[in-house]
Amino acid sequence: MALVLSAPPAMRKLSRGTLWAVVALSLLLSVGFFSLLVLSGASKDFNIVGAILVAVILYIIVTFGMSRFVEGRRKATDRLATALVTSAFIVALLPLVSLVYTAVANGINRFDGDFFNSSMRNVVGAGGGGLHAIVGTLEVTAAATVISVPIGIMTAVYLVEYGKGRLSRAITVLVDVMTGIPSIVAGLFAFALFALFFGPGIRFGIGGAVALSVLMIPVVVRSTEEMLKIVPNELREASLALGVPKWLTVVKVVIPTAIGGIITGVMIAISRIIGETAPLLIICGMSTSMNYDLFSGRMATLPVFVYTQYSNQGTDTQAYLDRAWTGALVLILIVMVLNILARILSKILAPKGSR
Amino acid sequence: MPVAPSATRPRSRQRPGDVLFSGAALAAGILILVALAAVTIFLIAQALPAFTANPADVSKDGRGFWSFVVPLVFGTIWAAALALLIALPLSIGIALFISHYAPRRVAVTLGYIVDLLAAVPSVVFGLWGITVLAPAMQPVYVWLVDNLGWIPLFAGPVSGTGRTVLTVAIVLAVMILPIITALSREVFLQTPRLHEEAALALGATRWEMIRMAVLPFGRPGLISATMLGLGRALGETMAVAMVLSPSVIISFALLTSQNPTTIAANIALNFPEASGIGVNVLIATGLVLFLITLLVNSLARFIINRRKDFSGAN
Repeated sequence: MALVLSAPPAMRKLSRGTLWAVVALSLLLSVGFFSLLVLSGASKDFNIVGAILVAVILYIIVTFGMSRFVEGRRKATDRLATALVTSAFIVALLPLVSLVYTAVANGINRFDGDFFNSSMRNVVGAGGGGLHAIVGTLEVTAAATVISVPIGIMTAVYLVEYGKGRLSRAITVLVDVMTGIPSIVAGLFAFALFALFFGPGIRFGIGGAVALSVLMIPVVVRSTEEMLKIVPNELREASLALGVPKWLTVVKVVIPTAIGGIITGVMIAISRIIGETAPLLIICGMSTSMNYDLFSGRMATLPVFVYTQYSNQGTDTQAYLDRAWTGALVLILIVMVLNILARILSKILAPKGSR
Repeated sequence: MPVAPSATRPRSRQRPGDVLFSGAALAAGILILVALAAVTIFLIAQALPAFTANPADVSKDGRGFWSFVVPLVFGTIWAAALALLIALPLSIGIALFISHYAPRRVAVTLGYIVDLLAAVPSVVFGLWGITVLAPAMQPVYVWLVDNLGWIPLFAGPVSGTGRTVLTVAIVLAVMILPIITALSREVFLQTPRLHEEAALALGATRWEMIRMAVLPFGRPGLISATMLGLGRALGETMAVAMVLSPSVIISFALLTSQNPTTIAANIALNFPEASGIGVNVLIATGLVLFLITLLVNSLARFIINRRKDFSGAN
């Protein structure tokens, strides 16, 4: 608290205890009010979000009023700002909590062996699973990674180690432009590209991989570039002074030093693209059967699976919704695991002895 | 540039490994140029038939491509602008909370939590928006239309499902929140320590310090963060496609069941069934979207580059 700096000795101020008491009081009042609504039958079940929002608003008003009365206008404005900023954070947490809760609560119904063991072939109504979609997602993402990582890393190497003048500036700008390409436009590009060669009905997995690469390459370039830039120049100079060729210096000294950051960047890029739906909807299409072949035939992917399960509900609506949520839950889990793994790896592979 | 000064003088003969490696690096860089050129060229090539085709084939009302695309452009910008309006104050609040209010030790963890929002796939946001958010907001909308219906924005008749453009804007706001927050947090953290301490030493309260030292310093970064968030909201597809009950109209009413749809959502919904000239029309709208986001993002980059020292974004 910065109170010490600003309060003249004679000024009274609100203690921390009072503030916490106000928090408790406004929570109590708000929860009481909403419980009353439930008890009187005005609303069916207890509205947690409403209760929290009302409590937050109550707290803001009460502290502002009290502070205005006890501490004066300037302190009151400060308290108001603190309360608003804190409540902004709480409000932002609400959707995250609600989303994770809903995904787990609804997804757990079909989070069983069947889901990971069967496809949707000949399934109408209950049963079936998302194995074909999981396999498709893994294949398409792997293909996109195989395309993007070498190009991305080599471009970053060019920009940091070799690039100078107009070409490297142009590439930097264009990487920025690529970062801003909407995912659906990437899908349209892949479609436009392959439709030219294979006709307008073309749908296959590798097209999805190309579309995802367009989205993934700039992310890889950006993160790798940042990592290569922080490799100390002394390392390069020491290696060159020993007579090591430049390319070996890059391969054996620069990249290994930065490898932790590079891998982290790649994994974060993968977690970005693995949930992309729109481009795959356009160029991969959807199928209900297993398809291991990237180069022919429609290929199911997890995000598109979630979307189609939701949008083409059959007569047994609940079965489709359950599958959609389970797919969403699996997707969230994959992304979380990738993110956490990236953080752990960046810790483990961080250059040793530098600090 | 960390290039050793000796690299330019042909002091020794070029080693084949060097030639190969630098050639490969150069090729990768050039490939990016080619890829972007290819994106533009192929999109234009596939979009061209839509511009030249008989107007009657392009859209149902027979007035041609431009009258088809204008409502979509309006919807795209309208939904994104609403999302920005919701997300911007919240993001600034969160960024300030993490950079200047939360205890240092908790702040990093809180940053991770907000970043987690960015990691959630958009299709999951769509599913959440339609099964959780839309039904939850519907009673609120009914109340708004009943009591504030005289404001044109809240004009009725109210949507029975809650699948309105306002719900879409809220979902989009949640999606762009982490982007704007992450960038503005970095900018706020870069405020010179001395500015902040000087303000406090003059007797400013914490809020006055933020208003006088942190916010003016962070303004360019904040603007560019906003633009990047806007760029993301403009191109977002699945959340809009799943949540909105769409129609091709221009309307500012937030709560009715007649909502202007966006370019991206329109493509996603109609592409799987499109054929013939329909495909070209959709690709042409995609090209328009590409140009809009390009404009917004370039503006953001321009602002960042003009005040590079002040910005945490690269």
